[in-house]
Amino acid sequence: MKTMTKLWATAAICGAVLSGRAFADPHPDAELIIEGELHIATRAEPPEHLGGVLPEIYSGWLFRTDETRELQMDDFDNPGMLFAERGEDRWELAEGTANQSCADCHGTVDSLAGVRAVMPKVNENGELWSLQNYINNCRTERMGADAWGWNSEPMKDVTSLISLQSRGMPVAVKIDGEAAEFWEKGREMYYTRFGQLELSCANCHEDNWGRMIRADHLSQGMSNGFPTYRLKNASIVPLHQRFRGCIRDTRGESFAEGSQEFRELELYVASRGLGLPIEGVSVRQ
Amino acid sequence: MSDVRPRIRLPRSANAGDVIEVKTLISHNMETGLRRDGSGNAIPRQIINRFTCEYAGKLVVDVTMEPAISANPYMEFDVQVDESADFVFTWYDDDGSVYSETQSFEVS
Repeated sequence: MKTMTKLWATAAICGAVLSGRAFADPHPDAELIIEGELHIATRAEPPEHLGGVLPEIYSGWLFRTDETRELQMDDFDNPGMLFAERGEDRWELAEGTANQSCADCHGTVDSLAGVRAVMPKVNENGELWSLQNYINNCRTERMGADAWGWNSEPMKDVTSLISLQSRGMPVAVKIDGEAAEFWEKGREMYYTRFGQLELSCANCHEDNWGRMIRADHLSQGMSNGFPTYRLKNASIVPLHQRFRGCIRDTRGESFAEGSQEFRELELYVASRGLGLPIEGVSVRQ
Repeated sequence: MSDVRPRIRLPRSANAGDVIEVKTLISHNMETGLRRDGSGNAIPRQIINRFTCEYAGKLVVDVTMEPAISANPYMEFDVQVDESADFVFTWYDDDGSVYSETQSFEVS
């Protein structure tokens, strides 16, 4: 009897392993509808520059559990909204030697609708800037205030608020013209193996998405949900912090948040998700 | 910038006698008292230790909360609404602060 049970167990395990990708595919038909009103597409045609390496592009939302997906479908339940709400207070707060707030120049925050969807982008001096760079430039140059740390609470609050204004708008980063050289470097980094485990971004998110890596369900590594509320951190996680975590997991020395390397990677990763809507503050595991 | 902010969500409408779902959340650090700061000093406990909800003057829930409850405590419960009346939600902080919210609810 005992042997029989063991045999059955082995058969079950083999079945699970053999079915491979199908065992852990993204959810086949879940639809992201926020508050029963706002439909957000989580599947899209892959951009041309990918050359067919992905059959379809999927939001990371589709790879999460039922419970985690549900959290994002209700703004009251989405813990990321607490950050965006605090961001509203900060938006109005006059600071620095100029005693100015974000609102003094930009008016209401919905004037920044669409901004998150085109980040990172090349600024007027030909540098590639992320949203955080633009915010800190406003703070130091216009307000005469201190720059915020990349992963600081106020930066998380305000980037969450600004991202929310672009919720539902497709990722639309520019990758040609002045941006082309940055995009090319980001692309090179995406395919470069890092760390003692010699893993590139592509090894997990292009070659093995849909499979399990230990207890984690590998997504395609799309960035349209960032900044994202991660249940594991009980906080908003900016994209560069996630990059850092990924490189750490390869047992490599990471680049710093806000570094040139990460901004280039941010551009390339965003371009893999061209067409997927911004999810504002998403919720992930 | 006040970090403590209560939030309430009630359904838009209900009929008399319906059981409705009430969601509440208060943004709060819920400092357990078990952590230490950078110099090794204990960070004193400061949590929301009690939450109550009254409807039409009657107590609906009364919750004693403990340090293991995570930050930004979220409470969801059902209430049978027989008449149009006020909901009163109250959170009690360890530091003596009391946060209260009142919302009137109409039944048809």
